[in-house]
Amino acid sequence: MSTPIVVEGLTKRFGSFQAVSDVTFTAPAGAITALLGPSGSGKSTVLRMIAGLEQPTAGRILMGDEELTVKSVQERRVGFVFQHYALFRHMTVADNVAFGLRVRKEDRAATQARVRELLELVHLEPFADRYPEQLSGGQRQRVALARALAPQPNVLLLDEPFGALDAKVRQDLRRWLDELHRELGVTSLLVTHDQEEALELANRIVVMHEGRIEQVGTPGKIYDQPATPFVAGFVGAANVLHGEVVDGHIHLGSIRIPGAAHLDEGAPAAAFVRPHDVRVSNEGDVNAVIERVASLGWLSRVTLQLPGGVTLVAHVPNDDLHGAAEGDEIQIDLRNPKAFLTAEEGRDRPVD
Amino acid sequence: MSHVATVERPRGRRLLIAACLVWVGLLLLVPLVGIVVTTFKPGFHIVSDTLTSPDVVHALQLTAVITVITVLVTALFGVIVAWVLVRQRFWGRALMNATVDLPFALSPVTVGLAALVLFGPGGWLEPYFASRGIQIIFALPSMILVTIFICIPFTIREVVPVLEEIGLDEEDASRTLGASVWQTFFKVTLPNIRWALAYGIALTTARAIGEIGAVLIVSGLLQGKTETATLFIFRAYEERQVPAAYVVALLLAAVSVVILLVIEFLRHRQERERARA
Repeated sequence: MSTPIVVEGLTKRFGSFQAVSDVTFTAPAGAITALLGPSGSGKSTVLRMIAGLEQPTAGRILMGDEELTVKSVQERRVGFVFQHYALFRHMTVADNVAFGLRVRKEDRAATQARVRELLELVHLEPFADRYPEQLSGGQRQRVALARALAPQPNVLLLDEPFGALDAKVRQDLRRWLDELHRELGVTSLLVTHDQEEALELANRIVVMHEGRIEQVGTPGKIYDQPATPFVAGFVGAANVLHGEVVDGHIHLGSIRIPGAAHLDEGAPAAAFVRPHDVRVSNEGDVNAVIERVASLGWLSRVTLQLPGGVTLVAHVPNDDLHGAAEGDEIQIDLRNPKAFLTAEEGRDRPVD
Repeated sequence: MSHVATVERPRGRRLLIAACLVWVGLLLLVPLVGIVVTTFKPGFHIVSDTLTSPDVVHALQLTAVITVITVLVTALFGVIVAWVLVRQRFWGRALMNATVDLPFALSPVTVGLAALVLFGPGGWLEPYFASRGIQIIFALPSMILVTIFICIPFTIREVVPVLEEIGLDEEDASRTLGASVWQTFFKVTLPNIRWALAYGIALTTARAIGEIGAVLIVSGLLQGKTETATLFIFRAYEERQVPAAYVVALLLAAVSVVILLVIEFLRHRQERERARA
C-alpha cells in the first residue's frame, strides 16, 4: 500500500512563464510530505503533474520503481483531494464514494461494502443518501477524502484541502487527518501555504518559492535551521535585523549578534531572530524601550524600540516582564540568540 | 414612513399589474382565441377533414423529419462546440465565439439566398452534387441544412455558461478516480449540463417547427413534395383554403404552447440547479 514518490528535475512552463523549475525531492513511503510555499510558488502545479492533470515540460516522476510520467491520469491510481472538494453535485454521498470503484467495474457487493467501510471511517454513515449541497464544508471535504481513498490509491495527494474552511473546522479536520493517516499509512503529499499546517502534519517539508525548492527537511530542521533567507522569513515569524559583518558578528549600531564567522568581513548581512528567542533579562546586553504590549494569553507580544531606531518583536512570558508596561525601559539578551545569519546583496527583502 | 408606503404602494402596483394583464391579453390571447374561434366556425368536421388530407399529412411529416434531424445535429455539435469554446484556449477562439451567434443576426431569407448561391442552379457546389445525382436544392437536404444553420446558436448559448460555471474540478476528480474521458463525459459532464441541454433542445424544436423564411426560398414550393407545415399554411391561405390553414396553424400553436410549458419547466429546473452551485 505505501510507495514512495520520487520527483526528478520536474519543470513546467506555461508559455513563457516558468511555473516549476528543476524540482527534485522524495516523498518517503507511508509519510506525509508537505509542499509549503506562498501562492504562485508552483507547489500545486507539482501536485497536478504527479496526478497527471498537467504534463511536465521536463523531468520524471516515479512511484516506487514505476515511471509515472508516461502514464495517463486514470492509470496512475492516485487519490486527489481538491481545495473546493470537487464532489459530483448530482450524486449522493454514497455514489460519490462509489464512483472510483464503479468506473473500474468492481464487483457490486464489494463496492457497497467498501463504501460503507469508508463512510464509517470518515464518520458520515448517516449522510450516505444526502447530496453534497446538503453538507457543511468540513463534511464535504471528508466525503472527498473517502472518495479519493475508495479505490485504494498508491498515494494520496491533497491540494490545500483545508483552504476553504474556517479556522475552527480547519483545526479539527487537521487533527482528524493526522489520526486517519496514522491508521492508514498511505504515502501522502500535502500542498499548503499554511506553515502551521505543514509543521503540524508533515514528517517532511519541501519549501518552495517561485517554482524552485528552497529547502527539504523535517519540520524541526526547517524551523530551527532554515537554509535560505526565504525559509527563515516564511516558516515561523522572524525579525529581520540588517547590519554588517564585523569580527564574526553582525553589527547594527551598538548591537552585536554573534555567529557570523562564515560571512565576509564588512559585507552587509541580516539576522533572522524569532520573537520567542528574544529573552528579557536583567543581565541583558541591549537596552530596549517597550513600545507596545499585546497579550497572547500566558505570554505577551512586545514591540521593542532598540538603539539606532531598530524595531524588534518579542514573545515574552508574562512573568518575565515583571509588570513592565509601555514606555518602560528593559534589558534584552541578544548575545546567544538562535538566529539565522545571512549575507545580503540587495537590502529590500520583505520583513517578518 | 414604512406604514405610509405600504398603504400607498398597492394602488400603483394594482394599476401596473392591470396594465400588464391588458397588454398580454391583447397581444397574445386575443389572436390565439381568434384562431380557435375561426378554426371551428365551419364545424368540428373541418379538423378531421384537414388532418387526413394527403397534403397536410405529408407537410406535417416533413416538418417532423426536419425538426428531429435538426435537433439531433445541433444538440450533438452544440455540446462539442460549447465544450471546445469553454475548455480549450486556441487561436481564433474569440472569432469562433462571435461567429456562433451569426444565425441570430441574419434574416432567414438571407440564409436561404446563401444556400441558393451554394447549391442552386449554377451555384458553386451544384456541379459536384449534380454529377453524383444528388439533389440538394428544392429538396429535403437543403431544407434541413438551412434549418440547422438557423438553429445552431440555441444549444451552444445555453450550455456554455453552465460549463463555465461548473469549472474543471469535477472532471479532474473523475479522471483521478480512474474514469476514462468518455466515462467522465457521460457520468460527470453530461449530467451537469443536462437541463441546459434540454432547454437548448426545446428552443431548437420550437424554432425548427416555426421556420419559414429560409425554407420558403430553398424548397421551391413543390406541393406535396417540399411543403412543410408552415409552407402549407402559407399556400393554403393564398389559395383561399382558409379553414385548412387555420387548422394547421392551430395545431402548430398548440405544439408551441406545449414546448413553451416544457421550456418553463426546464428553466425552473436549471435555475434551481444553478442556485445549488
